[in-house]
Amino acid sequence: MSKVRVLAGTRKGAFILTSDGKREKWDVSGPHFAGWEIFHVKGSPVDPNRVYASQCSGWFGQVIQRSNDGGQTWEPVGNKFAYDGVPGTHQWYDGTPHPWEFKRVWHLEPSLTDLETVYAGIEDAAMFRSTDGGQNWQELSGLRGHGSGPRWQPGAGGMCLHTIILDPSDPQRIFIAISAAGAFRTDDGGKTWQPINQGLRSEHIPDPTAEVGHCVHHITMHPSRPRVLFMQKHWDVMRSNDAGDSWTEVSGNLPTDFGFVIDVHAHEPETIYVVPIKSDGEHYPPDGKLRVYRSRTGGNEWEALTKGLPQQDCYVNVLRDAMAIDSLDKCGVYFGTTGGQVYASADAGDSWNPIVRDLPAVLSVEVQTLA
Amino acid sequence: MIKVILPPHLRTLAQVRGELELEVEKPVTTRSVLDALEDRYPMLRGTIRDHVTLQRRPFLRFFACEEDLSHESPDAPLPDAVASGAEPLVILGAIAGG
Repeated sequence: MSKVRVLAGTRKGAFILTSDGKREKWDVSGPHFAGWEIFHVKGSPVDPNRVYASQCSGWFGQVIQRSNDGGQTWEPVGNKFAYDGVPGTHQWYDGTPHPWEFKRVWHLEPSLTDLETVYAGIEDAAMFRSTDGGQNWQELSGLRGHGSGPRWQPGAGGMCLHTIILDPSDPQRIFIAISAAGAFRTDDGGKTWQPINQGLRSEHIPDPTAEVGHCVHHITMHPSRPRVLFMQKHWDVMRSNDAGDSWTEVSGNLPTDFGFVIDVHAHEPETIYVVPIKSDGEHYPPDGKLRVYRSRTGGNEWEALTKGLPQQDCYVNVLRDAMAIDSLDKCGVYFGTTGGQVYASADAGDSWNPIVRDLPAVLSVEVQTLA
Repeated sequence: MIKVILPPHLRTLAQVRGELELEVEKPVTTRSVLDALEDRYPMLRGTIRDHVTLQRRPFLRFFACEEDLSHESPDAPLPDAVASGAEPLVILGAIAGG
């Protein structure tokens, strides 16, 4: 019988939530790495027992943990993220040049095909790769070396590379996103990169349609259609049909098009999910109602999903890496909140139940579908 | 043997309990103690001082013999009581944060 394993990173540790295919009863394991911020936990598609965790702390810096048994036991691996060459500068919040400084790993993306290869998206924004299971890390410096690097600027959460999407149809193609530089793509395995922000419009930068400077919050892709991307930008939900070469807005009838997460149904590539957040100044759901919005038309037409979610006095946020979707039928949808709830839907979003209610603030949620 | 006390989170990371004892070649300095510590417990690399610059992480302090040695040169000799193993070098996390 199928099983699912939800990997939740929180402000004070990692939690592993497991259930059978019904997804009604859950076992909760954790906290792992108690007291540390766990920005991301993700398993390998090659071997689901291989799991990586980004563990960090304002006191002790960055640690990368690796498990070979599905998160039961862990070992620290390499945590040296040294920029390639002289790092140079990007823009600081006030527009002055600021040296590139490693702060933390936001996102770990294991290779789709090679167990020992894993990518890391870091703050200050750069892309790293390990080909030995996380022991040693090398920067893919063509990204930061793209001519626009000195013009990149941090978002409120820091200048983080938070999204990494590997193209299952083309091992040379990778999409990434940086707050607040925008989206980029490589077609040569990470040697060279191009910004893919045409069609984005951001009123908070001097040139709203600039090549870089857009605060992209998250991007998602359905593996069966790797040229179709969906983006939750700071404001605006966007769609690209040409691998990011151009974008069009699909916010449609959303109550607000600000938000962080966006994800796509496991079996319906035109079905997508977002969690609208009131505004960049008020990071909570509009009207105190926690609502996931689902579009079955690839955007523009959205329906509110509320069954089982609090519809009054709810003022949590859902952060950019805190939604995930399993591949069972019907697919399960999961998201975590800054209030410490992890909600699960076993029916593609029609109804919801909290798996746990009182974790530390949830930073990330991933799910593994296990045979 | 040099005695070192780690903050609790680093004891967990290094899977050790209580006070550590390390062989450190003379002269005994903060740098030589940290070198020996990181050689024996490689998972601590980067958690006390930066991998590249070897600067002390800002929210950590080095105390010994009731003195704050954090701003001393990493190559300054540690007090005789630390070098003889009578007193520990205490690596301390700031009391801050949530």
